[in-house]
Amino acid sequence: MKNFLIIDGHKIKDSYWELEKSLMIEMLQKMYEIRFFEGETEQFIIKGQIHGTCHLYVGEEATAVGAIYASEKKDYITSTHRGHGHCIAKGGDLKLMMAELLGKATGYCKGKGGSMHIADVTSGNLGANGIVGGSIDIATGAALTCKMKEKDKIVLCFFGDGAANRGNFHGSLNMASIWNLPIIYICENNQYGMSTPIKEAFNIKRISDRKCAYNIEGLTIDGNNLVEVYNTIKHFSEYCRSGKGPVLVECLTYRWKGHSKSDAQVYRSKEEVKEWMEKDPIIRYETFLIENGVLSKQEAIEVKEKAIKAIEEAVSFAEDSPFPDPSTVEEDVYA
Amino acid sequence: MREITYLEAIREAMQQMMRINPDVYLIGEDVAEYGGAFGVSVGMLEEFGKERIRNTPISEDAVIGVATGSAVTGMRPIAEIMFSDFITIAMDEIANQAAKIRYMFGGKAKVPLVIRTAGGGGTGAAAQHSQSLEALIAHIPGLKVVMPSCPYDAKGLLIAAINDDNPVIFIEHKLLYKNKRYIQHVPEEIYEIPLGKGDIKRDGKDVTIVATSFMVKKCLEVSEQLKTDYAIDCEVIDPRTIRPLDIDLILESVKKTSRLICVEEACGFGGFMGEVAAQVAEYGFDYLDAPIIRITGRNCPVPYSLVLENEMIPNHERIKKGILDLLRKN
Repeated sequence: MKNFLIIDGHKIKDSYWELEKSLMIEMLQKMYEIRFFEGETEQFIIKGQIHGTCHLYVGEEATAVGAIYASEKKDYITSTHRGHGHCIAKGGDLKLMMAELLGKATGYCKGKGGSMHIADVTSGNLGANGIVGGSIDIATGAALTCKMKEKDKIVLCFFGDGAANRGNFHGSLNMASIWNLPIIYICENNQYGMSTPIKEAFNIKRISDRKCAYNIEGLTIDGNNLVEVYNTIKHFSEYCRSGKGPVLVECLTYRWKGHSKSDAQVYRSKEEVKEWMEKDPIIRYETFLIENGVLSKQEAIEVKEKAIKAIEEAVSFAEDSPFPDPSTVEEDVYA
Repeated sequence: MREITYLEAIREAMQQMMRINPDVYLIGEDVAEYGGAFGVSVGMLEEFGKERIRNTPISEDAVIGVATGSAVTGMRPIAEIMFSDFITIAMDEIANQAAKIRYMFGGKAKVPLVIRTAGGGGTGAAAQHSQSLEALIAHIPGLKVVMPSCPYDAKGLLIAAINDDNPVIFIEHKLLYKNKRYIQHVPEEIYEIPLGKGDIKRDGKDVTIVATSFMVKKCLEVSEQLKTDYAIDCEVIDPRTIRPLDIDLILESVKKTSRLICVEEACGFGGFMGEVAAQVAEYGFDYLDAPIIRITGRNCPVPYSLVLENEMIPNHERIKKGILDLLRKN
């Protein structure tokens, strides 16, 4: 194997092949878990069992899994309204997640948050966020904690292309740059902010070009290529951890499903969706593992089945769980 | 006994807490060399250095977001927003993020954040640098809102705010900062005044006046005049924290006086004193011998011209007339 890769003009160490085989396979399983979790969630939406809305991560799995596996367990992440994938990749408990979506007392947030507010602060997941871009400055603040106190940690801040036009994107990247904070801003460019295509929202070709405004490192990568995401984030997490400052990584990807449950998708063509589905990050990674002899076809089926089983257990747990006691409604407002 | 200003009391609270807790730091625009727009943090850079007296670019939204993120991960930031009017720039971070993180996450996070900001008018700074926006933030569950009216309270309340595990908006009044007329004995040691505990600033039996921030001073001065000129004995209550609200203290007073006047600098419409009036009407209606009166800022932006500003913000004459009208002494 080559020792270094050139990714978007950056010389990046090929760390992927230093991974334990079990972790290579675990990443595939996590991607499947996300895919099937979202599949079940969609079924619940169709059946009317999800009280609110959900934003599905289908098609973007390689970005969350590749990036989070390239960081360390102790590191922080912040997520988005399309947050199930990040939570699962960070090791989130599928049962507690599904219970939360169904508004159950056993959910991550005791039924008070729902899909857009799942968090697990103790494991470093600082939460999904219902406000587009709402977590960019929170992530930057966590990076300030890393700089001032928890000096061996870094932050992965996930956000979409839409969030890159929020004012706090500018405020945060600027502060991270002047203070040299250990944070990787991971822009999941899935081509649309709800219905608005990126070409209507940006007059630049690449969102990562905004790195110039802050004099920080940045690049655009294939967000549907797990190995590329892993190597890039691994490289830059070491860069951040060694005190070299923030990075802006744009991951090109695509959401297969509508923005939320009420999206008729009139703004894009079926052909376009089909074209992107052919770049399925899971099939690509699975094929890669098989072609490189990491995994046999039979083993791949087993990984998939394991993921299906985990989701089935989560669904049973969620369905069997009780709803919260209405008398708890005013609890947890204040510490 | 030493007497210090309101500004000095606030600075001392920050200094003493920063000395004993390395997680406490100050972040905001021009807080370092300049010492903050009003000079509250003058001298703190020399003692604590640039890491902990952290100057920021002019990005109020990101300042509060960053402070929130650092609070969730274990720091105890004090974020200074130069003028309380500018909290509107950071309203997503305050209202949607800091206030709700704990609840949304099912009680599994805490946000020990203090936002210090200078509120109120009377300085000729006009509509964007003079507002009293406490009702806007006190409306949001998850936030605590503190409005000290004197140096002693300012120190004890700020220490309590820094030790609190919730986001606390600490609204200081510009006219109190350096005013030597309002200096007061403040203990040198660290002490807390619990958030949610009001104070009777003047005992009286004829009428209860509830006032906040600089209005407490005006009401106390008017009360002395009324005592001399009309033998009216006003009781002045300062809730000190408007959320949580010490409604019991107010109800106890109304039970004694049977009359309530609410005085606030903010525009009356939708204002905080509407909440006080509503709660007294709900829980203390039987104590009342007269309608509740509100004396508030007029329902317009704060104007520039001194003549207009004096008309907009409740002045001594307006407060006095309100009390006399209520007691039918005019």
